[in-house]
Amino acid sequence: MSNIATDNPTNFLTEQEIAEIESEISHLPNRPSAAIDALKIVQSYRGWISDGSLNAIAELIDMSAGELDGVATFYNLIYRQPVGEKVILYCDSVSCWLMDGDVVCEKIKQKLNIDYGETTADNKYTLLPVTCLGDCDHAPAMMVGDELHHDLTIDNIEEHLS
Amino acid sequence: MSDKPLTKNIIGFDGHTDLARYESLGGYAAVRKTIGRTDPDAVLELLKDANLRGRGGAGFPTGMKWSFVPKKEGNGHRYLVANADEMEPGTFKDRLLMEKDPHQLIEGMILSAYTISADVGYIFIRGEYHVAIARLQEAINAASASGLLGEHILDSEFSFRLHVHVSAGRYICGEETALLNSLEGKRAIPRAKPPFPQVSGLWGRPTIVNNVETLCNVTHIVANGADWFKSLGLGVDGGTKLFGASGRVARPGCWELPMGTPIREILEEHAGGMAEGYQLKGFLPGGASTDFLTPDHLDVPMEYDTVMQAGSRMGTGTMIILDDHSCAVGMIANLEKFFARESCGFCTPCREGLPWVQEVLDRIEAGNGELDDIKVLERQSQFIGAIGNTHCAHAPGAMEPLASGLKYFRDEFITHIEGKACPYQREV
Ligand SMILES: Cc1cc2nc3c(=O)[nH]c(=O)nc-3n(C[C@H](O)[C@H](O)[C@H](O)COP(=O)(O)O)c2cc1C
Ligand code: SF4
Ligand code: FES
Repeated sequence: MSNIATDNPTNFLTEQEIAEIESEISHLPNRPSAAIDALKIVQSYRGWISDGSLNAIAELIDMSAGELDGVATFYNLIYRQPVGEKVILYCDSVSCWLMDGDVVCEKIKQKLNIDYGETTADNKYTLLPVTCLGDCDHAPAMMVGDELHHDLTIDNIEEHLS
Repeated sequence: MSDKPLTKNIIGFDGHTDLARYESLGGYAAVRKTIGRTDPDAVLELLKDANLRGRGGAGFPTGMKWSFVPKKEGNGHRYLVANADEMEPGTFKDRLLMEKDPHQLIEGMILSAYTISADVGYIFIRGEYHVAIARLQEAINAASASGLLGEHILDSEFSFRLHVHVSAGRYICGEETALLNSLEGKRAIPRAKPPFPQVSGLWGRPTIVNNVETLCNVTHIVANGADWFKSLGLGVDGGTKLFGASGRVARPGCWELPMGTPIREILEEHAGGMAEGYQLKGFLPGGASTDFLTPDHLDVPMEYDTVMQAGSRMGTGTMIILDDHSCAVGMIANLEKFFARESCGFCTPCREGLPWVQEVLDRIEAGNGELDDIKVLERQSQFIGAIGNTHCAHAPGAMEPLASGLKYFRDEFITHIEGKACPYQREV
């Protein structure tokens, strides 16, 4: 993995990314407090957090790369590996389970030919389990990218993934 | 004065309420009559008198919580945080409030911040709530442009800046001290208490964390008074509550009803009873970390003390229904998988104990269990479930559906073990 930017974040991060991170820092009492915001900002442009991104962000917010990695790996919506164009966050919590969400998920896995944690061969989708999406009255539910999809059945799942 | 204050702008309206609509329906009147005009201590007394109890799950009296914030000295920041993490499985109430009527939360936060002299606020919201995030941001911008947020609100001495913090995931962020660590950019590990956040919270400063629904209630109490609020409840506790039901009921949903509404009324009238072909076997009254109740408990009123007396907790008030075609062991295994995955890993009974419990449950569900496994589960539920054996309430919460499930659905555990299979075969 590249380590090119360890001593100069501006070589690695774009001006836009740095401006957005600085804007978060401006209302915080110290720079490391922006760790999660910074990871999210960079991930929003690049899809995931590479070692290069991690080192550059750590430098920019005055944190050690190791500590920042500890933060990054704690949170399930920060991706330390490349993901597909869209991440499917599939709710595997209890209300969805009671509405056969696990059965529908098997169908998705078959259709996309991937298991949880994997990306399709065409790089279109990565499938991950997620905790209750707060849409239990329309269970089963999932996010595809930023969009909520619900009332899923084995019969309508094709429409939701086309 | 509506008897459904929290959803009066939501019911029967398809869109979401913007600033103009909110104000035309009486919104920000409470802020206009209070900020710079009423003594903050008088607002605190009003809240105490109303006996508003926290809607985040524990039911702690809000006025009492606020009264632990020390008197303002010097110019250091004081913080108010809205807990909009809503990741408790089976809970879907705060999303509705934020998506449909974002100004209601903002007005509640302005009034709450005024009461505790907070100058900075955060709405800590889970990252998956994209629609709510966008609408809250839009509402904050509109309120700021109208002088309702920011420096010298309505030309008074009071200033309050409000930010949306979009979380990066993990259920434990909902625990209020883990939430504070996360807001500080750290791993979301709960903090030791004391010191309590009211005294030393965000960046070591006095901080109040309240649930979204709690803060929304503040607006209406300030607008309409404590007596009005108390009169809304049917039992001891005042106000209304967002109740919900999910699972195999005829009409799953979320409804604002008087505090103290009987469970039977919620399930039969509002949820329309069970879906055709299904019978009620049991339910979790308020999210994943509450104890099972059974059809024998249908006449229990939904309020904090009565549900507690029935052996559970009202929790978030959104019920999860277990039907007669679904396996109790499978449901509990699903719950414990969630709790094991979401452990923050800080303390051993939770980090090691929950995966152990999950493994035993999976084994029983797969038909490979032994009768002694039930003893293991019972012992674990007592050990992990004892408050004080773990660093936070996550692990004890995880044991509530397990301990009560072993009590009410013991026969199902035994059938799995003796029959060496799950008796509920589903079509895959
Ligand atoms: C593991 C765990 C998760 C929690 N998640 C939430 C949550 O998502 N939302 C919430 O409002 N409270 C949650 N709580 C409760 C908070 O710690 C806190 O009590 C609450 O936000 C206080 O608000 P209230 O007094 O207005 O109820 C959680 C508690 C625990 C132990
Ligand atoms: S009980 Fe679980 S979630 Fe809470 S501090 Fe311990 S390990 Fe973390
Ligand atoms: S359990 Fe799946 S959305 Fe709530």
